Amino acid sequence: MKKFTVLDLLDLDLKEHNALNLRCIGGRSGLAREITVSDLNRPGLALAGFFENFGPNRIQLFGRGEHAYLLKLEREGATANLEELFRREISCCVFTHMLTPPDAYIAISEQAQVATLQTDLGTSGFAERVIRALSNVFAPQEVTHGVLVEVFGIGVLIVGDSGVGKSEAALELIERGHRLVADDAVEIRCVSGNILVGAGAHKTLGHHMEIRGLGIINITHIFGVGAIRDNKQVQLVVELELWDQNKVYDRIGAEDRTREILGVHVPYLQIPVKPGRNVPIIIETAAMNERLKKMGYYSAREFNQSVLKWLESENARNLYFEKRRELLEREQQNGGPADGPGASTVEID
Amino acid sequence: MLEKELTIKNRAGIHARPAALIVQTATKFACKISFHKENETVNAKSIMGIITLGAGHNTKLTVQADGEDEQAAVEALTRLFENRFEEE
Repeated sequence: MKKFTVLDLLDLDLKEHNALNLRCIGGRSGLAREITVSDLNRPGLALAGFFENFGPNRIQLFGRGEHAYLLKLEREGATANLEELFRREISCCVFTHMLTPPDAYIAISEQAQVATLQTDLGTSGFAERVIRALSNVFAPQEVTHGVLVEVFGIGVLIVGDSGVGKSEAALELIERGHRLVADDAVEIRCVSGNILVGAGAHKTLGHHMEIRGLGIINITHIFGVGAIRDNKQVQLVVELELWDQNKVYDRIGAEDRTREILGVHVPYLQIPVKPGRNVPIIIETAAMNERLKKMGYYSAREFNQSVLKWLESENARNLYFEKRRELLEREQQNGGPADGPGASTVEID
Repeated sequence: MLEKELTIKNRAGIHARPAALIVQTATKFACKISFHKENETVNAKSIMGIITLGAGHNTKLTVQADGEDEQAAVEALTRLFENRFEEE
């Protein structure tokens, strides 16, 4: 993984409720420092002179309390603890609520070459956002060869060998009103341990696709901004492969197959491709079936249930007819109805 | 499996045209071929994958081939890199 520096933190392109609103107000030479952990530290204890269990490399978060304490330290001229703090390994300092640190702090931090950042957010709000952003940055990730499309709200990762028709299938899905997330190089991150989020491996290159015979096309310009999205959870993996005569393909679909990506099991389907098979429609249907499963309805299982129920009722009916036939035969042997009118009612145990 | 480190020698790096050449060369072989740059891995038979590697002048790539004709594939790709993708 590439180094993630304080400058990268400033450059993170996060929007709306994710925005960190950071700007650098001092110690620019410290912008190249690397951030290696997603943890934060409120340096209250350190400022009071207590350094036991001080976590290295963390971002130091100065809220109103710490800021007021800094002012007190400056008034009293007691900056020894602050100097000690900057002797430790810290990645950068952030002041929330647009607070501006006192001059004594600025001087010490500049000398220690640690960047000081400022945000207009409140301390807890900023902490929540920055932890979320950093856990995304440090999430395990891998780049997969495939196409990620959103089909009826389900993130479908289409994989398969080169030339099997992944891009063509995705193109038709887009044409049918679905959305392209990434073509070819899909970067998948495992967020909070169980969610896989896929995005284009290179955001600057935008949403392009290569279609044999056409070359590279710009999906955003051709199909409009409604045909793309930046990231999407990977909820279904569809593997396309050339139809193999000798291979047994799933004909029922009652068992759930999964594929493991970064330790997360994702529903997995293998779809054989041959000329005349409309793969996009199969993928569309697979996505809708996946939605039904999420709602607790399993087509194949429910179908099997009704088959079982039907077989059961068929059995009962056969039993009924059998008993009735036996009775009729007995009647005929005895020559006419045995016990008056009640004989036509057949009792079945 | 065969591995070899290749250096990009043309000034412009791998843009669309060299990428197309690489893919053309790679698809002639049946073996699985991939390029590695730092922690990224892309399929050598995918043009978008190779372009999105963002491999500029002097970048070192590792080519990895796995299959029956791996030897020939690596040699052909090495020749392409040595020829600076027929540029300059």
